[in-house]
Amino acid sequence: MRLLVIARREFFAYFESIIGYVVVALFSALAAALFFLVGDVFFSYNQASLRHFFANMPMLIAVIAPAIAMRVWAEELRSGTVERLMTLPFSIGQLVVGKFLGVWAVFAVALGCTLLAPITVEMLGDLDWGPVIAAYVGTLFMAGAGLAICCFLSATTTNQIVAWMFGACVLLVFNLIHLLATAVFVPRWLAELSLNLDMSQHFNAMSRGVIDLSSVGFYIGVMVVALVANTLVLSSGRFR
Amino acid sequence: MAEQSKAVVQVKGLHKSYGDVHALRGLDLEVGAGQILGFLGPNGAGKTTAIKIISGFIAADSGSASICGFDCESQSLDVKQVLGYLPENNPLYLEMRVVDALGFIAAAHGLSGVQRKDAIDRVVEQTQLQEVYWRQLRYCSKGFRQRVGLAQALLNDPQVLLLDEPTNGLDPLQVVEMRKLISGLRASKTVMITSHVLSEIEAVADRVVVLNHGVKVMDKNISDLADEQLLAVEFCCTEDKLREICQQAHATVEQIVEASKAGRCQALVKANNLAPELVANLAKAAVALNVDVAMLSPRGHSLEHEFRKICHDNGGKE
Repeated sequence: MRLLVIARREFFAYFESIIGYVVVALFSALAAALFFLVGDVFFSYNQASLRHFFANMPMLIAVIAPAIAMRVWAEELRSGTVERLMTLPFSIGQLVVGKFLGVWAVFAVALGCTLLAPITVEMLGDLDWGPVIAAYVGTLFMAGAGLAICCFLSATTTNQIVAWMFGACVLLVFNLIHLLATAVFVPRWLAELSLNLDMSQHFNAMSRGVIDLSSVGFYIGVMVVALVANTLVLSSGRFR
Repeated sequence: MAEQSKAVVQVKGLHKSYGDVHALRGLDLEVGAGQILGFLGPNGAGKTTAIKIISGFIAADSGSASICGFDCESQSLDVKQVLGYLPENNPLYLEMRVVDALGFIAAAHGLSGVQRKDAIDRVVEQTQLQEVYWRQLRYCSKGFRQRVGLAQALLNDPQVLLLDEPTNGLDPLQVVEMRKLISGLRASKTVMITSHVLSEIEAVADRVVVLNHGVKVMDKNISDLADEQLLAVEFCCTEDKLREICQQAHATVEQIVEASKAGRCQALVKANNLAPELVANLAKAAVALNVDVAMLSPRGHSLEHEFRKICHDNGGKE
């Protein structure tokens, strides 16, 4: 399948330099540290549960997803390799989706490395793996939405750092927008909209092990909108 | 214009602007099968823009370009299947090894298994990349990187090859090697090669198109140009006498450079002879008319003169 040619190149490009290893190590280390060390949450609850582990995921993804996706287009545009890429027999849509799948796979590897956390908990107590697997699936979907947004933002600049900052800011907004609902002056419709647009709110049920189809639909919808926007930005030929 | 019986590349009325800058102003062009076309022009003449439009990388404001009958904009996927492209500055994924860079492009063209291996072996042989086959591109010399770029462009065995400044930044030895590689493609592929270096085009092309300010100002076969020689001459005589000498030598005065009252006249002279023959004819005519010869110096052919004029008019960018 043609998409996989692009996805494979994108995936391996991360691990041909140190960036991929740093991102994977940083994500796993931060996830483990926040769960086991910060605030003594895990040990004080004295429960074989990963609820607090997954509660940190929205904010972690807001930092890590932009780091993974920042180079996707910004580096191609900066180095000029986009010209070679776009004169290969792929449509722009295929390139966008292929690259997105590549970075999603990089995140999946990083997420896979955090499996040490449930394995450790399993060794300390009797862990219910059903909710854990559901939460992992939810995390993948949430990260997919975040990565798609960051891929799109990466196509708007030739500077990776700017792409990371754009991405982190936008994902933070998507994770904190539910706070609007707590403000007294906000109309009810806006409060509801802010809750519906909030990525962390959609993840709440999933972090408890419930796969909510409307939330899965929300994440898929965000991915589709972001990837279409990405395709349109590249088709506009702004950087060519 | 050089006539093309079977045009593989067709460009009609191509216009492209970047803001207020008109890069192309109605370019028309046809390139026949198996021909090597040299695209010549000073910096900013519109060569790269034309190549980028033909490659499908950018869209024209108006006009059309087609390769093998496929429209470069609406049928870009078909165009990319029959096209090999070496962009200006040869952008590469430097973190990749040569073998992986070739493998990626081969896979992008839908080659797999034995087909992919055969294609890679073929281009490695063609471009002499055996020495750096396993090396990371970051650690390859500029010359080898250019070869990798050319190898990538050749992987799908394209009918049409677009090479944008393929010798840019290479040292003289590498330039000679690259010319040999391109000349080796003669007849098997239709090649469009851009350069702002005249000798580059002369060395490899069958035909030359000169662009300036987005307009085609010359389109000639190299074989025709070779017969048009220019000479700088200086005789101890009047302008009229110089013209008489030229007439007898079957040469035409292209330009009177200087005619002094002291009885000396400098001019650029053009004739359809080989340079040594023209020098001999002019010398004989001068002797016959009892005129002293101060200088007879070959200045190449008329393309060089035209190109210099174009570059001069362009503000001396070259």
